Amino acid sequence: MNGHLDAYQSLAETVDRDEPRWAFGSSVTASGIVDTPVEIMMPVPTGAVPGDLAGYCQMLGDDALVCGHRVSEWVSNAPELEEEVALANIALDLLGQARALLARGGFVEGAGRDEDALAFWRDQAQFRNVALAELSDRLDFAHAVARLLVFSSWRFAIMRRLRNSTDPAIAAVAVTAGKELAYHRDYAVRWTLRLGDGTEESHRRMQAALDAVWPYVEELFRTSELERRLIQVGVAIDPSETRTEVSAVLDEVLAAATLSRPAVLAVGTLAGRGGRQGVHTEALGHLLAEMQSLARQHPGATW
Amino acid sequence: MVSDPRPDVFSVVASVIDPELPVLTLGDLGVIRAVEIVGGPGEDCVVVTITPTYPGCPAHEVIRADLRASLVKAGYPRVRVRTVLSPAWSTDWISEQGRRKLAEAGIAPPGQIGACPRGTVPLTLAPHPLDVRCPRCDEPRTEELSAFGPTPCTALRRCSSCREPFEYLRER
Repeated sequence: MNGHLDAYQSLAETVDRDEPRWAFGSSVTASGIVDTPVEIMMPVPTGAVPGDLAGYCQMLGDDALVCGHRVSEWVSNAPELEEEVALANIALDLLGQARALLARGGFVEGAGRDEDALAFWRDQAQFRNVALAELSDRLDFAHAVARLLVFSSWRFAIMRRLRNSTDPAIAAVAVTAGKELAYHRDYAVRWTLRLGDGTEESHRRMQAALDAVWPYVEELFRTSELERRLIQVGVAIDPSETRTEVSAVLDEVLAAATLSRPAVLAVGTLAGRGGRQGVHTEALGHLLAEMQSLARQHPGATW
Repeated sequence: MVSDPRPDVFSVVASVIDPELPVLTLGDLGVIRAVEIVGGPGEDCVVVTITPTYPGCPAHEVIRADLRASLVKAGYPRVRVRTVLSPAWSTDWISEQGRRKLAEAGIAPPGQIGACPRGTVPLTLAPHPLDVRCPRCDEPRTEELSAFGPTPCTALRRCSSCREPFEYLRER
């Protein structure tokens, strides 16, 4: 009996806290102050064009937001509770990276858009993520593992380099992101080994998943014009420089898992334009329709 | 000169309970970077600077609200909570007392990782040869059940001696 009373008491206390719970991303306090980390509001590094920096933050943030949303689709669908918890954790890490990066992008843009505005009120052509992030795995676990293996190996290499970015917010995010992505990569590696070197059926399906994901690997190493400009001022890193490291990691894992590196053609660009320029696959539209629907139906909702 | 009857501001801040791991205080967890009082008497505002353990951790919002509530209750009505991302929080910042409290609560404390390695983290294809002792019987041979436990910061392991599963605060 007392236990129940205590439980109700603590619920009441939760409601009593002086700040309403924001239903979506950014936290607005009762006094209207947004709790923004100090680094997010630091000045644009010398030599960088604010619009470029905003765009770069969107690229890095959209990769995490969109891929994180895909991973989160496994919540209530995973084969075992442990995997569900693991995938939810990974999605939460990616969401955390996305929030900080989009908040930074919105701040340096200076048009009054916060992380919520960027996540929920942009349309498909305004997203800057790579196609790999938006691919649907159709709730095939091997596909989820294959996408996560490639994505986390690549993003890990990117974030390790960005720890030295001249942009204080990107550098700060990169430090924590690197630690998180090492765990994500580990998780994907272990499942790749287990499925690849498992039964005939698990091997066949893991190989099929790699074959499906592989055409989207090439885009990860393309350097956009915007990135080229920001490399000059030390804000960005060149993604093409991560190719050797990422390939070595993937080759080592595939060999140990008795899987072969798919010999498939890379998905091409549309007159040189790809995800970084806002050209996306159909999959992103479906993802955004679901991810954005609540925020668009109930703008500014609190609970 | 009348002495301030309110409890010491740093001890109020440091004794706020972590919502995710309620055996720890924020002081034990090592997330408090600075506590300052700005402004004159009657107008004074407490500025608390904290580092999030995990930038995506939902507990961060709760920590901020709890900090404010505790300070208001202790007689400091004006509170500002600042968040800094850098330097990033590490499990190395958990105090000795905090590690003891974790073990007593059946949660294996994290090992020391020292300075963040500068190169690439080597890929490990074998299970991690971690030295995580069972918090109940101190058995060194324990196995990982799941790399991601019930909270974002823990993994789930099992002792090979007493067979009890236990949570383990992952190094970060």
